[in-house]
Amino acid sequence: MAGTIYRKPVAFALLATATVLVGTVVTMLYPMLRPEMHPRLESLKPFTALQLAGRDLYQREGCVNCHTQTVRPLRSEVLRYGDYSKAGEFAYDRPFLWGSKRTGPDLAREGGKRPDGWHARHFENPQSFELRSNMPRYAFLSKARLVPATVQAHMDALGFPYAAEEIAALAQKTEMDAMIAYMQVLGSAVPRRAGGEAMALDEKNPLGDAPDAIARGHKVFAESCSVCHGDEGHGQQDIAPSLTDDVFLGEKGDLGDGAYFALISGGSDAKKAIGRKGEEAGGMTAFGGQLGKDDVWAVISWIRAQQAHERKEGPVMEQVEHEGGQPERHQGGRP
Amino acid sequence: MNDYRYDHRTVQGFILSAIFWGVVSLLVGMLIATQMFTAAANFPPYLTFGRLRPVHTNGLAFGLGVGSIFGLSYYIVMRLCRRPLLFPRLARVQLWLFNAGIAAAVVTLLMGYTQSLEYAELEWPLDIAIVVLWVMFAVNVFGTIAKRREEQMYVSLWYVIATVVAVAVLYIVENLSIPAGPWKSYHLFAGVNSANVQWWYGHNAVGFVFTTPILAMFYYFLPKSTGLPIFSHRLSIVSFWSLVFAYLWTGAHHLVYTPLPDWIQTLAIVFTMFLIAPSWGSVVNGYYTVGADWSRMRSNYLTKFFVVGITFYGLQTVQGPTQALRVVSQLIHFTDWVPGHVHMGTMGWVTMTVTASIYYVIPKIHDTEIHSEKIANAHFWLVLVGQLMFSVTMWITGIQQGALWKATNPDGSLKYTFVEGLVKNYPYWHMRALAGLVFLAGMVLFVYNVLMTIRKGQAREARPAPAAATV
Repeated sequence: MAGTIYRKPVAFALLATATVLVGTVVTMLYPMLRPEMHPRLESLKPFTALQLAGRDLYQREGCVNCHTQTVRPLRSEVLRYGDYSKAGEFAYDRPFLWGSKRTGPDLAREGGKRPDGWHARHFENPQSFELRSNMPRYAFLSKARLVPATVQAHMDALGFPYAAEEIAALAQKTEMDAMIAYMQVLGSAVPRRAGGEAMALDEKNPLGDAPDAIARGHKVFAESCSVCHGDEGHGQQDIAPSLTDDVFLGEKGDLGDGAYFALISGGSDAKKAIGRKGEEAGGMTAFGGQLGKDDVWAVISWIRAQQAHERKEGPVMEQVEHEGGQPERHQGGRP
Repeated sequence: MNDYRYDHRTVQGFILSAIFWGVVSLLVGMLIATQMFTAAANFPPYLTFGRLRPVHTNGLAFGLGVGSIFGLSYYIVMRLCRRPLLFPRLARVQLWLFNAGIAAAVVTLLMGYTQSLEYAELEWPLDIAIVVLWVMFAVNVFGTIAKRREEQMYVSLWYVIATVVAVAVLYIVENLSIPAGPWKSYHLFAGVNSANVQWWYGHNAVGFVFTTPILAMFYYFLPKSTGLPIFSHRLSIVSFWSLVFAYLWTGAHHLVYTPLPDWIQTLAIVFTMFLIAPSWGSVVNGYYTVGADWSRMRSNYLTKFFVVGITFYGLQTVQGPTQALRVVSQLIHFTDWVPGHVHMGTMGWVTMTVTASIYYVIPKIHDTEIHSEKIANAHFWLVLVGQLMFSVTMWITGIQQGALWKATNPDGSLKYTFVEGLVKNYPYWHMRALAGLVFLAGMVLFVYNVLMTIRKGQAREARPAPAAATV
């Protein structure tokens, strides 16, 4: 290189700028001109006013600093969170909120996984579900009301369609409502894989009522199920139904082990196969990827034992839990 | 000498402001480190982890980082151009605007005004202020260089010039947005495109805030404090051009395994591997410079700061490319490994080099000696140990996290729930907070030493007859 460039600052600055810009043009500017950077799934809809208000709050509270929103195409991630993220899911995301650190779990497939009531109580006090959680409390969201004019200005800036009534209705909504609406839309452009893969609904629990199966089921239940269904399986108001009564998916009359298995492994999506409507919003998480087959059967063994126990003793505890409205806490029972 | 006095006060103003914002941001760092394992350490709505983490990163990158870059670059530019700044008053206005800007950044981030773009969180009114600040800096740097009294431009000036132009391009493009209110805007780019622009910026903001201006300091202050000339001018040239060429291809290594088109990821990974060469060009140049006489490590207290600093730069620029590889990324991406990596660069390379440069500049400005080499040595060991504890702890916990997330049972189901993985981090996060405390203690010694040196200098300056000063 000619040594004189180091005596000519203007020429030097221009050359340095040009050098810096080569990579910029190839990896940032050129891709922007290609359609592959602007994909949109047909099933993807722009955010509604309430969802956008929730997304604004997600930004305001810096949720992106602890939660990612991309499921990588890795086996373990698909098992844990659901289908891997598609480029066409994010066309309305300005900015993208994929994040860079997973202190809390990924939220890309959060929509529909849990009922609204769970989210509300979890935002208010995450430790009431999981004592060891490090998530801050967001109870203040329930007290703050949305400002319709602000949300409308944001919808206008993004060019999202809305109806006047939709904006007017926001005046009745709290920030918590908006945040939950955003949670429930996350990942919903991609249909979830049908749960309970080809489960025969009439299948019998191969573990039956073996004592070790019941013990193992109790342990799994305490780890994965009791946060919503309560330590004894009596359920919690607005969050999850009782497992010990004879109502199953909102209808009287219990179903067989196969239906239990399908619902546990496939989540709310298995309702269709089972043929019962249940709660419209659904909210049963699919545990198929997280729990092994035997773990699921063991949980069913424990639930059956619990049901038999209740029939004998009578549902004394249930009333107390339902009326109290307080979320249950874990006292031990975990490794 | 009197020509310089006004500019030196500006330089010192930038240094002291940088130190102030640095200490504030380190304290915020201690709080968020505690919040990682104690939810009760969050004080909603303003003092939650989500709102504080950008205060920590912006405070250190823009407060401590850019503040010292402004001050020390001006010092370097004046020395290498053999003249005072072309626009001394503009630099003073810039100093005040800088402090007002960082203060506004802290307040607005706590209010929750954020673009949610990493290292570009500040909302659009502050973006405009930052562009104005940068233009002021550019005008003074280029103006002073244009009117220089030394024909040849030394390596440090190349790095300063590259910093000025690259940051301008990066910052302006990244922050293009659709305003939706006085403190709210939406990224002009959407989805995968937004991600690509963000990491093109995010990675290179690191490159042109935490690398090139720090190399400018390294190339100037290492020979100055040791009295040893840079080993190879040719190596400096090769390193410089290959570094500034390759850096801006690499941003997408932050997006490995995301829905970003594969070819952009792969290209970024390839160029990231290539970056080892120019980075190590500077490392080797530094080592061979001191290699001419290693006894300076003992006889000159600043030498070890620069040598250890460039060593961490070397480690950082090997670890970074390793992480970019898909096989490594799938394990450590999204884990605490990454903050471990970042903190080696910032607490090791950047802080070592910047604090040593400040130790050199402050006594020079006041024509005196450092208050205490002993305290400087204690500061050195504390930040070194603190940083190593921090980084190593985070690497271990990062690998553990990645492994727990991936672990499966023989029947193919996942072995650990998310919370089981989370709670296994807590002991490491305790350790990290402790490491932060050790580092902070070192920095407190540094601040004390600088302030005492200034006091000493001021006492010395007060002594000559007042008549002399009015000439």
